[in-house]
Amino acid sequence: MKRLKLFPISRRAKDLLAGKLMLLLTILAALLVLLMVAGLYLKSRPVLASQPLAELLFSTKWRPFRGQFGFFPFIMGTLWVTGVAVLIAVPLCLLTAIYLSEYAPARVREWVKPLIDILAGIPSVVFGVWGMLVVVPFIKDSVAPFFKVFSTGYSILAGGIVLAIMIFPVIIHVALEVFRAVPQEVREASLAVGATRWQTVKHVVLRKALPGVAAAIVLGIARAFGETMAVLMVVGNVAKVPGNVLDPAYPLPALIANNYGEMLSIPLYDSALMLAALILLLVILLFNLLSRAVLARVERSIR
Amino acid sequence: MENRAHIRVEGLNVHFGSEHVLKDISLSIPDRKITAIIGPSGCGKTTLLRSFNRLIDSSEGVRVSGRVMVDDENILDARAEVTHIRRKMGLLLQRPYPLPMSIYDNVAYGPRIHGIRDRRRLDEIVERFLSKASLWDEVRQRLSQPASVLSLGQQQRLCLARGLAVEPEIILGDEPTSALDPQSSQRIEQTFTELKSDYTIVIVTHILRQARRLADHVIFLYLGELIEQGPAWDFFNNPKQPMTREYIKGLIS
Repeated sequence: MKRLKLFPISRRAKDLLAGKLMLLLTILAALLVLLMVAGLYLKSRPVLASQPLAELLFSTKWRPFRGQFGFFPFIMGTLWVTGVAVLIAVPLCLLTAIYLSEYAPARVREWVKPLIDILAGIPSVVFGVWGMLVVVPFIKDSVAPFFKVFSTGYSILAGGIVLAIMIFPVIIHVALEVFRAVPQEVREASLAVGATRWQTVKHVVLRKALPGVAAAIVLGIARAFGETMAVLMVVGNVAKVPGNVLDPAYPLPALIANNYGEMLSIPLYDSALMLAALILLLVILLFNLLSRAVLARVERSIR
Repeated sequence: MENRAHIRVEGLNVHFGSEHVLKDISLSIPDRKITAIIGPSGCGKTTLLRSFNRLIDSSEGVRVSGRVMVDDENILDARAEVTHIRRKMGLLLQRPYPLPMSIYDNVAYGPRIHGIRDRRRLDEIVERFLSKASLWDEVRQRLSQPASVLSLGQQQRLCLARGLAVEPEIILGDEPTSALDPQSSQRIEQTFTELKSDYTIVIVTHILRQARRLADHVIFLYLGELIEQGPAWDFFNNPKQPMTREYIKGLIS
């Protein structure tokens, strides 16, 4: 009798405790972003105080020795490299996912899927080395001469290509899941009126899967923004606003990774790097909010 | 029955992997009548229906042999053009699956696929076939709304209109009322009886009473084999096979 009575109490206590503990952990995890923003902001206050924000963001003058920190080249570098990567990756990934979902026999799909997922596990340094050995020379010797310009090969295009391949697995994987989630009957409804498979994909499957596809692309872009190592190895790291994709660039993550811990004897430099991190964080945050808003609208229009 | 057969099946065998789903089926489906395919679940009713418009092709690991003649063309022939075959047959599934677009676009989908672009012609087609599916009066004010705002019953009639819009000769229904409430089911049944003067209608159903109400011709399948087929009156009142007799009495399910 006694045991029976005791047992439920301890069980409930455990349940309560577990619930509270998990709540605490969740709050901590959610706070982490805010804490980071706050920390970075505190650290970057000196450089923010040294010159107006507009100048920091839009000046192209990066002369740390004279105390001039214009982040515009780096912000543009980040946007260019990410943009090129997305332009390359999105069409290729969507076509691959469409093939795997709509055309490939189940056996091919089951073989290819894990291979693509393995791509996601390759360390980014390996992609970087591959980029230096293959992509950079290719751009230097073939692409640039074709357009009759000179390029060392270390360029936005090289960074974009390497980055595109790095975000392939995320986009393909998520897009494939999204396509598979479209009910077979919706396809049949389209096929039954005499549509071809391609027409069905174009007008029905893609439409039905649009919110999910958008989410897949957003995930890919989010990853691309922050990717540091591989890009840093092939993008040239020149602090100038790039004019075309064969120019070198200097994205924000590369700036931080290359200089933190080395140039800290220069006054304000560490504060400037913290500001770079803050800008990167805010750009990603902004992008996330924006894509959420767009996604919500897309979803409403599809219903 | 002096009526000519619209679909003739000769020695149809269907395997899924090692499973023999349809065993040497031969039958004929009369023109401009309602034919009901009945039988307990898992007997191959749906497979038979889907082999008529070759939607069966998209199943993994399927092997089909035999002949399915529609208007004297063997549609199982590898050279037959699938989109052309499917266009001849409207399809209604168990649950309505409207396409993710507006009511108007759902009906206009098929005609557009087949190259009709002229807005006035499309308007006319949409009105005509929504009326045929007895849905026009309920939706004429909101053609541009997404199809998902309609009730299930309305959605099913929309799917019917979508199928009719490519001007098929045959309507295939795979338990087309099984997800609907009694009233909506009745409307669909009523629409079917109105349509049978122009179309050959084939429905799969596991509801015996529905088959009694609607069918002119009945096909009874059991475990992949054709047990009996014939005019509905004979089938229900004077069954030849003992198995049919038991099924009608509700002894087999």
